[in-house]
This record gives sequence, structure tokens and C-alpha cells, in this order.
Amino acid sequence: MPMDEVAIDHHDAHDHKPGFFTRWLFSTNHKDIGTLYLIFALIAGVVGYTLSGLIRWELAEPGIGVMTQFVAGEGDVAIQNAKHFYNTVITYHGLIMIFFMVMPALIGGFGNWFVPLMIGAPDMAFPRMNNISFWLTVAAFVLACISMTVPGGPGNGFGGGWVLYPPLSSTTGHPGPAMDVLILALHTAGIASILGAINFIVTILNMRAPGMTMHKMPLFAWGVLITAVLLLLSLPVLAAALTMLLTDRNFGSQFFSPAGGGDPVMFQHLFWFFGHPEVYIMILPAFGIISHIVSTFSKKPIFGYLGMAYAMVSIGVIGFVVWAHHMYTVGMDVDLKAYFVAATMVIAVPTGIKIFSWIATMWGGSIDFKVPMLWAIGFIFLFTVGGVTGVVLANAGIDHALHDTYYVVAHFHYVLSLGAVFGLFAGWYYWFEKMFGIKYNGVIGGLHFWLMFIGSNVLFFPQHFLGLQGMPRRYIDYADGFATWHMWSSIGYAITLVATLIFFVGLVEAMIRRRKGEANPWGEGATTLEWTLPSPPPFHQFNELPHVTNKGGH
Amino acid sequence: MRHLLAALCAAVMASPALAFVPQDGALGFQPAATRIAERIHVFHHFVLIIIVLITLLVLGLLLWIIMRHNRKANPVPKKFSHNTLIEVIWTVVPALILVAIASQSFPNLYYQDVVPNLQQITDKSDKLIADGKTAQQERFAKDYYPEAAEKGFVNVKAQGNQWNWTYTYPDLVDDSGYPLEFVSNPVHVGISADADNYAGATGRTDFASKPRNLGVDYPMVIPEDRFVRYYTAAADVIHSWAVPAFGVKTDAVPGRLNEGWFLVEEPGVYYGQCSELCGVNHAFMPIEVRVVSQAQFDSWAEFMLAGDYEAAYATVDVFASNEQATQFAAKQ
Repeated sequence: MPMDEVAIDHHDAHDHKPGFFTRWLFSTNHKDIGTLYLIFALIAGVVGYTLSGLIRWELAEPGIGVMTQFVAGEGDVAIQNAKHFYNTVITYHGLIMIFFMVMPALIGGFGNWFVPLMIGAPDMAFPRMNNISFWLTVAAFVLACISMTVPGGPGNGFGGGWVLYPPLSSTTGHPGPAMDVLILALHTAGIASILGAINFIVTILNMRAPGMTMHKMPLFAWGVLITAVLLLLSLPVLAAALTMLLTDRNFGSQFFSPAGGGDPVMFQHLFWFFGHPEVYIMILPAFGIISHIVSTFSKKPIFGYLGMAYAMVSIGVIGFVVWAHHMYTVGMDVDLKAYFVAATMVIAVPTGIKIFSWIATMWGGSIDFKVPMLWAIGFIFLFTVGGVTGVVLANAGIDHALHDTYYVVAHFHYVLSLGAVFGLFAGWYYWFEKMFGIKYNGVIGGLHFWLMFIGSNVLFFPQHFLGLQGMPRRYIDYADGFATWHMWSSIGYAITLVATLIFFVGLVEAMIRRRKGEANPWGEGATTLEWTLPSPPPFHQFNELPHVTNKGGH
Repeated sequence: MRHLLAALCAAVMASPALAFVPQDGALGFQPAATRIAERIHVFHHFVLIIIVLITLLVLGLLLWIIMRHNRKANPVPKKFSHNTLIEVIWTVVPALILVAIASQSFPNLYYQDVVPNLQQITDKSDKLIADGKTAQQERFAKDYYPEAAEKGFVNVKAQGNQWNWTYTYPDLVDDSGYPLEFVSNPVHVGISADADNYAGATGRTDFASKPRNLGVDYPMVIPEDRFVRYYTAAADVIHSWAVPAFGVKTDAVPGRLNEGWFLVEEPGVYYGQCSELCGVNHAFMPIEVRVVSQAQFDSWAEFMLAGDYEAAYATVDVFASNEQATQFAAKQ
């Protein structure tokens, strides 16, 4: 990293922690809020992951046989109810994983914990706004869970997919209140994220330690900064679309209703104007984490630091002008499609720069294969696989065949479930000792990685074959010709289930054993400011700001 | 292999419902039935080769690093963090690869997305022949079928409903001037009463021959070797009309009329499924397209217009000749 020498004022015993309720319910401390976000994301992640388990269980073999056990009625009535239940399961799986697992963990959790530490700030710029962001996220999650249980129309909950396309999400498809509650949940989550984004932007732009210029700032802080800007610009558009949907549903407006002069496709444009930046929102913080881990365990400075930072900037910028590649089949003009093909493929260039720069960072290094590094190397390979299938899908000509098939499902799970989530676990193991002051068990962590790596590949790779063969998404039952690969996909899920249990075993083991953590367990390669503090860091750090000086250059 | 052929032949004899259905354990596309799908496959394989090479390159570099640049093999890390040349290379080379992909992508996209002007096709083909450019004319004919162009379009509108398709043939009108329009219902909706419901509604006994979750009661029927221009519309929520073997997928959006085209040379039964989440029975609104000879199509249309749907179905439930059936089986 750019900072070579750091002067630190050590913190003495004046570490006054408030009482339990004041500390955890009214918390304004960025580290406590970060911890709260991580615990929240773990809980939401378990819910979202359980929903995906239901999906894979149902799809393990042809016919409808699993979802019927969770719904009212018997025989054909149960099957009819199960069809709607399945649609709600896929919908809430997507929404919960995106809004309440990946975003809170990467941005709320690691962002809150490590952005101030890495830039040498005592806390976030607006500590009380930080608290509001967290509790609004919790409220949003509770609302989303409630919306699963209230009438949607065809049954309880909203079953129209996380993209919420009207007219399926308007009163035509879901007349019940479930969708209204869900809109409220997403509005609330959106407000929480916008407040959080403002907090990060202000913190990063104004509270860097003396001497830390933007071009010396750690890449994780860069990733979070760009993420925050994307959130700030894209979420209001989602909020607008949701509000229009709300007034369409309740107050007689006709924004998305063709009968009144509206257009359902307009919702798709608004949604994906948010939705495409959203996918970069989920991956950019992970990019930052991977950069630090690769550099730390290779004991080498990050290769092409400026290129890495500006690759993220350009991914963020281009991410705003490619949204309609999610809509190649809606009936767009062919010239418009051609534009979106070209714009989308351009993103492969900065993404390639990142992949190759990580490889160049490792090149010539003295790599230590500790658990975080395993996840980071796994991330680089799996993100490459997910990235190249993105290039395939970018071509509207091919996408006409693959749109809304399992090929797309495989693609975005490779970049999210195997990309963002691998980045998340990498960060978890990298900073575990720093955050909690105890060491995890390396053997359990390694086992977790290998089982997850094998399991998620068995889970998602066959879905490419299903998609090429024409298997559509969001199907509770499929033609018999898709059976084999669906079975393999479900076997893969079972392997990841074992991996996830091992993850929790490792967490509990570390909590019971309480092996005392060191300030810097990773040695010379770990050069960012958080490693200059004890593990866990004091309740308030950097009361006297560290000075970042540049010795010897980078 | 011999057993497989025997089984296929038996299938030909036993049931006329020969079809392009998804194959269990298959790794790639369903066989192409249109030039559009053929071109998609060629282009996809071109991109696939590129992405496999890139993935192998990344994998190879990672494995090399893991073996050669680890703590044991290389105890003292190097300290470099810049190399302008290599950074320029890995920016420019991917950009060039993307240009190469785009050069294939755009012609492919415009070919499948723009409904061709049949008059222009005929004129251009005639001109190429008149100019003696036969090789060029053959290449052109492969994509644009000048012989079919002379016969004009067959127009079909597919309207998505929760949860079936309504097909309308605006050019086939009855004595009162109303176009042929019928609803194509799924045979399977996942419940135990499926077989009884199908038999009750149609009086047919061929339930067992309908592939599960793919068959319909009254399929869309089109003649072979004809330009088909299809329109999609929707009555309630968004649906998507897709047939993988044709390489087409067009959303059916309320308030909009989308269009597309294809031309199928081989007669047969082709299946697709609704490809936009449309509610409870999304998985149960399949698309069945029967491609038949012009003569069969004409008699089917006559029966349909007369209101005798079962007689119409019977005319398209068999291949025009054994030869066709065998050809079809061989292609499978």
C-alpha cells in the first residue's frame, strides 16, 4: 500500500464503553454498528440461504413435491398453492440476499468497520445517522418478512420476482397488500442505504488522516466510495419507480398501465437504471477487499494501484449506461440494442485490468496460503468465469436465446454468489481477528473454503448447460429433459450446506476457545492502518490523527 | 447406437409427436431449426472458444503463481508494482478481442432482429443471378431464402394470457371476415387431473405422447419453408414467447405489439416455454409449434376456420410422408 510509514499515538486505558443498551441499541460507534450490520447480515443470510435450499430441494427432481408440504390444502389444491409459494420463495430469496445480506455485510459491516480505520479517522462523519441507517435496514427486513405472510393475491406474499415488473406487481397480478408492504420495505431499505452512502462519501472525502491523499487511499475505501456514489445516484430512481408503482396500485395513477396511457416497459427502464449499478454496488467493495488480501499474503504492494482505482471508477461510470442489456427481449429498437451491446462489452476492459492486476500483484510474491488468500484466489477464478459468461450475454444476438434461462442464473450467481459472497468470506477471515480480537481455526476455515468452492461450482456450473438447452428461469417444474443437471445442481447445494454448517462451527469454536488475537497476524504484507491498532481496536481510535508519510514511493 | 436408432424408429412408428424436446444431460443448445438459431450457435461457439481460452489463461496463471511464487519456492518477495507496457497490453488486447466479438455480434443481431423486406430479397437475388454472381447468390440465399420470399409472409399473432396463448392468423379469414383465432392450452399443469382434463376437453387419447410440461391441446401451425412474421401481445401481465430451436424469444407486453420473424425448413414439432415470470402457472404455459407442409397447413386452416378443431389437429398430427418422418428422426 502507498503508506510506508505511519506515526501512531497509542491509546491508553481511557476506553470507556457505554452500557449494553446504550452501546448496542443507540450505538454511534462505527465499529459497533459494523458488528451489528455483520450480525444482521448473518441472520438475513441464513433466511435467504434457507429459501434457496427450498428452491433446490423442489427442483432436485421433476414434479411438484416439496413446496406442497409448506402450504395449505391437499392434493391438487396444495399443488396450486405451492406454485405461488415457489414464486414468493424465489422473489424473497433474491431480495433478501441483495438488500439484507450482501449490501449490509459488505458496505454496512466491513465498510463501517474498516473505512474509518483505513483512512485514519476516529469514526464516521455522522455517527447518529449511521445508527439510523442500521435500524432502518432492520426495520426494512422485518417489513419484507411481514410482507411474505400477508395476502398478495394468488396467496400470501409477493411472487413476481425481485425485479417487481408490473403489471404482475400492480393490482393486475397482485391485488393484495403484500406488494404494498414490500414497497414500504424497499423504500425503507433505500432510505437506509442513501443515508449510509452520504455518510461514507462525507467521511472519505473529509476525514482522511493528514497526508493521505485520494491517490494514497486504500483500495477498499476507494471501492466503498464508488459504491456510495452509485447508491446515491441510483437508489432515488428505484424510489421513484416504487412510488409510481405504489400510486398506480392505490391512487389510480396509470404510469405503468397501458389502459391509461402508461407503459410497463418504462418501469423496467427505471428499475434497471437502478438495478445495473446495484450489481456493481454489490461487487465493488469485494474488489477492494480482494486487493488488500492479495497484496497482504503475497507480501507485495498492489500492482498498478492507480489503474485499479480508476478501473473501479470507470466500472462505476459505465455501469450507469448499460442498463437495458437486461431488457433485450422487450421489443427495443435494434439500433438501441446495438448501442447497449457495445457499451456493455466495454465494461470487460476495466474488469480485465482488475483481474490481471491481481495476478500481477501475486506474481513474484512470496504467497502464504492462509484462509483469506484461499478465498481471494477462489474469487479471482470464479469471478473470471462469471465475467466471461457476461460477455456472452452482452451480445443481444445470443441473449435472445439465453435471456431468462438458467444460463443467466448461472452467470449472475457466479459473479454474486461466488463473487461477492467469496469476497465477503475473504474479508470475514481477513479481518476476523482484527474485529473480534480472537483467532479463527485455520483448518476449519480451509475446510469451509474447499467445500464451498466445490459445492458452489457443482451447484451453478451445470446451470449453464440447462440454460443453453432452453430451461427457463423461475420454474417450479420443468420438462423431463432437464432432470439430470437439476439433480446435480441440488447436490451442489447440499455440499454448500455442509460448508455453511462448518462456517458456523468455526465461528462457535473461535468464540469458545478465545485464542487471543494479535495486532497484526499477517506480518509485513499487511500495510493498511487498521493493522497498526490492537485487535480488537480500542473503542475510540486515532484520538490523535496518524500522519501518513510517503517514504520511498510506491 | 443401434439400439438408439431402433428406439428412434420405433418412436417414429408409434407416435407422430416427434419433437425437439430438451435432451437430458445435454451440454449445449437444442438443434437449430432456423437459420437464425444456426447463426446464433456459430456465433456463440466463436465467443465460447474465446472465453474458454481467457478462463484457461487466468487459471493457468493462477496455478503457475501458486506453484512458483509461494512462500517456499520464493521466500523473498519482489517489490515491483508497475509495468506500463504490460498494463497497456492488458488494456488494448482485451479491447481488440471485444472488437473481434462485436464484428460478429452486430451482423448476427441485425440479421435476426430486423424483419426482412421480402421484395428487396427477391430483387437482390434476381440481380445477383443476372450479374452472374452465383457464389454470392448462394451465400445470400442461405440467409434470405429468395424462393420463400416470393410467397410472402405467414403472419401469426401470439397473445399471452394467464396462462395460455391465443394465436391469431390475420390472413386466414372466415366467410364473415373474422380471422382465425384460437386458444392454445397447456396439457399439463402439474396436477393429478391433467390426463382427465385433456381427454375431457379434446376427446383425444394421445395424452401419453405429449411431453410433460411442453405439450398443448391446439398447437400453433405454420407451413415449412415460409417466412413467418410473428407478433406478440399480452392480455394481462408480461409473458414471453420463445422457441429455443428457432432461436427466438420476444416478450409479450401489455399495450405493445412486438414482432419477429423466422423460417423453418424442417417439418416437425417444436416446443418452447413462457420466458417471463407471469404468475402462478408460469411454468405451465408451453408453446408448441407444428411445422407442416403447405398442403397440410391449408387443410388445417380450412378445418380450423370451419370450427372443426379436432379434424384440424388430425391433419397436422402426422407427417405428410414417411420420408419426412425418417428425415426428422435422423436429424434427432
